[in-house]
Amino acid sequence: MSQDNGKSPALSSRHLLGLEGVPADEITLILDTAEAMKEILDRPIKKVPTLRGVTVVNLFFEDSTRTKLSFELAEKRLSADLINFSKSGSSVAKGETLLDTARNIEAMKVDVVVVRHQHPGVPKFLADRLTSVVVNAGDGSHEHPTQALLDMMTLRQTFGHFKGLRVAIVGDITHSRVVKSNIHGLITMGAEVMLVGPPTLMPRDVESLNVKVSHDIDEAIAWADALNVLRLQLERQKSGFLPSLREYHMTFGVTLERLAKAPKELVILHPGPMNRGVEIESAVADSGASVILEQVTNGVAVRMAVLMLLSAPEGIL
Amino acid sequence: MEFRTKAKLADEEGVRRTLTRLAHEIIERNRGLEQLALVGMQTRGVFIADRLKKLIKEIEGGEVPSGVLDVTLYRDDFRLKFKRPQVQVTNINFDVDEKNIILVDDVIYTGRTVRAALDALMDLGRAARIQLAVLVDRGHRELPIKPDFVGKNVPTSLGEEVRVRMKELDGEDSILLVEEIDMKEGPTDVTG
Repeated sequence: MSQDNGKSPALSSRHLLGLEGVPADEITLILDTAEAMKEILDRPIKKVPTLRGVTVVNLFFEDSTRTKLSFELAEKRLSADLINFSKSGSSVAKGETLLDTARNIEAMKVDVVVVRHQHPGVPKFLADRLTSVVVNAGDGSHEHPTQALLDMMTLRQTFGHFKGLRVAIVGDITHSRVVKSNIHGLITMGAEVMLVGPPTLMPRDVESLNVKVSHDIDEAIAWADALNVLRLQLERQKSGFLPSLREYHMTFGVTLERLAKAPKELVILHPGPMNRGVEIESAVADSGASVILEQVTNGVAVRMAVLMLLSAPEGIL
Repeated sequence: MEFRTKAKLADEEGVRRTLTRLAHEIIERNRGLEQLALVGMQTRGVFIADRLKKLIKEIEGGEVPSGVLDVTLYRDDFRLKFKRPQVQVTNINFDVDEKNIILVDDVIYTGRTVRAALDALMDLGRAARIQLAVLVDRGHRELPIKPDFVGKNVPTSLGEEVRVRMKELDGEDSILLVEEIDMKEGPTDVTG
């Protein structure tokens, strides 16, 4: 303890806005810390006093079930005080601007703002204007860093390393924030990433992020060690990106039949909520290859790690 | 901060003898191994607990359960002092309830780490009794905490530090008294 004279704060940024630009040693620190946090979740008393006195607001401008529950649990496990804000029935419905809402909440002396918003860049906008620590819980189609960190924690637990690991991400690449955070994190850690989806849901020039692109699920299954299957947002069909969900399932659905052709057994991830029978066959989701529920557990541990590390000296105090 | 070695308080043999005495004392004062369990505090306390476990087995012929405790999340100074907190794993595989626990650390100083460890142990269950064994007591307590088993009492000044080195981590067993030095003067034997 007395030998720890490092001048740098726990993480080089006081906020977690995305995984873009987060160096490998910091990702490793977050994942290592999360491993230690996970042990707490198995205890009879699932609580440590670490963030006693720290107040966190969960500012959710967009609906979310699991991310919000996961953040709330992480905050409670660390003994932080938390307040919840959701768009419906709040001052936002009365026409208050985003910044006014945030400033008002900050004026109540909160230390950490966890924000989910439908527009990309909102966490950055708040981080530039508030004195609180800002954690991005998903901003539009931009980033969802804690989701990618929990995916990576699950991958590391399964494979033990990232170097040369082949991860294929399947689905609506264009509209997915989970993909962007995963690409940044996985590439930084030395993994290889392949994006798979229909051309209508694949952004242009995405190869510039050092990823492979494919429109053939079977090719991806033959190539990958792990498959991260994204939720197909059902409203995409209405917007004309897809002819039908049934056709999507026929061309890109991950099925046992397709997986059986792979040279090795793949590990299946899904950020949830699943559309069984659309992007993933029920039997796959419930198979031994699926680590989907493990991801959910790891999500709480990763969020505890992020909250704790950002509350280290250069962060809150 | 740079440090220079002032004195070697114990070498490998010295550490072995001190640990052997501690093992005997623990067995004697607890009248055997009934309900006894060792908990080593990260990082060097873990190795000291391992050694004590082996010595107790040699002396008494029985196996005592042991575990590993990290107290970072319970510290009162984590938001003041730790620039880069390293939370290590806690791994206690036995039921803490009704156990007679020997908490093991390398050096006791202010007593704050032990305070944190006591809170952490309480959260894991209701031990029948908790005792504290340390290899070195260097004084300067800030809390009313007193070890039950002490390897060496080493009166120190605030500018000094006691470094316990363990083979498993540092390549040798020794106890060093080191002193903070001005970067500009003197040779450097041990760096901080």
